[in-house]
Amino acid sequence: MSPEKILKVENLVVTFPAGAGKKVHAVSDVSFELAKGETLGLVGESGCGKSTTGRAIMQLIRPAQGSVNFEGSDLTRVKGKELRRIRQGMQIIFQDPISSLNPRRRLKDIIAEPLDIWSKLESEERYDRVREMCDQVGLDFESVKDRRPHEFSGGQCQRISIARALMLSPKLLICDEPVSALDVSVQAQILNLLRVLKSKYDLSMIFIAHDLAVVKNISTSVAVMYLGRICETADSDTFYTNPAHPYTKALLESVPEPDPSLIGSEGKMRLSGELPSVIDPPSGCKFRTRCPYSQDICAIQEPELVEISAGHKVACHFPISR
Amino acid sequence: MSTTQTYMHVSQSSDSAPLLEVRDLKTHFETGRGRVKAVDGVSFSLNKGRTIGIVGESGSGKTVLSRSVMRMLPRHGVINDGQLIFDGQDISDYTDEQMRRIWGAQIGLVSQDPMTSLNPVVRIGRQITESVRLHLKIDKGQANEMAISILKSVAMPEPERRMRSYPHELSGGLRQRVTIAMALACGPKLIIADEPTTALDVTVQAQILDLLGSLQRERNMAMILITHDLGVVSDRCDEIAVMYAGKIVERAPTKYLFSNMKMRYTQALFESIPKLNAPSNVPLRAIEGRPPDLVNPPLGCSFAPRCAYADERCHTLEPPLMAAETPGHVFACWNPVGGMPPPPAHMVERLGVKPVREEKFFKS
Ligand SMILES: Nc1ncnc2c1ncn2[C@@H]1O[C@H](COP(=O)(O)OP(=O)(O)O)[C@@H](O)[C@H]1O
Ligand code: SF4
Ligand code: SF4
Ligand SMILES: [Mg+2]
Repeated sequence: MSPEKILKVENLVVTFPAGAGKKVHAVSDVSFELAKGETLGLVGESGCGKSTTGRAIMQLIRPAQGSVNFEGSDLTRVKGKELRRIRQGMQIIFQDPISSLNPRRRLKDIIAEPLDIWSKLESEERYDRVREMCDQVGLDFESVKDRRPHEFSGGQCQRISIARALMLSPKLLICDEPVSALDVSVQAQILNLLRVLKSKYDLSMIFIAHDLAVVKNISTSVAVMYLGRICETADSDTFYTNPAHPYTKALLESVPEPDPSLIGSEGKMRLSGELPSVIDPPSGCKFRTRCPYSQDICAIQEPELVEISAGHKVACHFPISR
Repeated sequence: MSTTQTYMHVSQSSDSAPLLEVRDLKTHFETGRGRVKAVDGVSFSLNKGRTIGIVGESGSGKTVLSRSVMRMLPRHGVINDGQLIFDGQDISDYTDEQMRRIWGAQIGLVSQDPMTSLNPVVRIGRQITESVRLHLKIDKGQANEMAISILKSVAMPEPERRMRSYPHELSGGLRQRVTIAMALACGPKLIIADEPTTALDVTVQAQILDLLGSLQRERNMAMILITHDLGVVSDRCDEIAVMYAGKIVERAPTKYLFSNMKMRYTQALFESIPKLNAPSNVPLRAIEGRPPDLVNPPLGCSFAPRCAYADERCHTLEPPLMAAETPGHVFACWNPVGGMPPPPAHMVERLGVKPVREEKFFKS
């Protein structure tokens, strides 16, 4: 029997109006599942639809099509109070923690905020809970409680947003580039913290990032997105030993290796050009304008996401094999 | 002359005259809280066409160092000391007036956030032509042609069309190409790139760093590449200097820095980086805590409060820069990786003592 799923996203489509009655597809036909206790790394360049997917799962943006099953309900079909109640079970943290925190409030009230909406705890109990969460994320409650966000470093603000996200004991935590803006030393602290909290609170996670080395450290499975679509997905072991999509290869070879002896820097695959606009995407395979393996058929026919081995799916006419 | 300086001297390469020499540079700020020693006795030299990488966490003084080298510091409350020799001239006491001939024309700057160096309400084309015409006596038409060819050289797609764009209409990667184009416009001899790719995706980061590298080779420019990520400098620099709390704590030719890493902070920085060849889901060796407050830096080694190898001596006596076994390699650490190297023979001769060995300073 397969492990219990906490989240099942099926055929998710998110569109935005693009003027003149046109629509852009920011997310096209994205499907994946997340088993309890797992971490899915959602990877790709800026603008490829990772954050939009995260927000559409939370219903912060309503998807145009598809379903988001979370703990037995399809979130796309519920609204209002019911939606808010179910959504307590999922929380999101963002890349830029400082601007996502209210600059005028004190730290203890920022962290307590989720409680104000959902439960009428007495202030004693509220702050007890805040104190406990501060402790969990490595902040000293007494010395930080009355400060405001600008007094903290980026890493500390990320700890604050994690504490706040965990106040209502969520089951799913969506982390949208939580370490991309941090120094490598602080990045390691936050990755370790997330790993500890995940097992302590039985969390499942979606970890959005663009650096595949970071994702490898924290994820049990990986999905790579390009221009609104998933182009490769597999469990981490398979993914990192047998990457098959040319875009995955380019992402892997762009990771800066911190050791010159590991680098055969000549002949590394580099992406030329920019991510094409979603307003006017290429025909056929969306990656073909930057793909060194592209053939005629790539411009004509869009490759489907097919399973090439158990759980390993790739959307490419000419997947790379070892 | 202090031991530190003697060692620094030994490590200097002498094959050709350096383009830039920084000697015992200090930049302190007077603030309400006290004196911030942002750069505190930094020395290095850089030859024509070569690259030095400066690596350290936020707040270690990298940006202040690069601003000090350019002599672009606030007017008030700054204490500045040390010597700066650029292209044979001592620019240590140059006024802004004199520096204006060097900024842009001789030394180009690429900073982390292109939005701060670009004017948001002026089209890209005009920004480049204006900076070109400031230094070169050419007319509008020539400047225009030159701007287009510079944009082409930084691989800007559709350069003619981009001349008419505003900065916000470009992606982060394209904006960084524009700042590189502007930094290169007048053919500087030195480029200072301060975290040029920190805000960018890995794919774009790789493109931008490749671009900087190839332009540098083509034009024989020297470069100071500043970053918090050792991964970024490992295959792009001739030499690497690691900075902590306003000081250089290890400096070596790149291959020796990685093959014979000595200083414990360098090691900790290296270990905190997630690596593709490491297994999934194992804790990273993070450096706990944060760099020290530069108003009240700790006694002894400034890394001691966070260092797993710190002992009594580390908390009381600051380690000087000492020579490693590998040539041109210095480090400041009492308990280095692989143990303390034997003192170089010529040092023993010259000083007539065993230099910077524990017995000399300490007996606990
Ligand atoms: N104008 C200034 N006045 C006072 N302190 C400053 C000023 N500029 C920078 N600093 C301080 O100098 C230290 C080093 O900063 P910085 O060079 O920006 O570090 P990095 O570039 O390595 O992140 C920090 O503590 C910073 O707050
Ligand atoms: S389908 Fe063609 S263009 Fe697309 S990734 Fe595969 S080889 Fe490249
Ligand atoms: S001198 Fe001591 S505290 Fe400083 S890095 Fe070396 S071992 Fe650590
Ligand atoms: Mg800086």
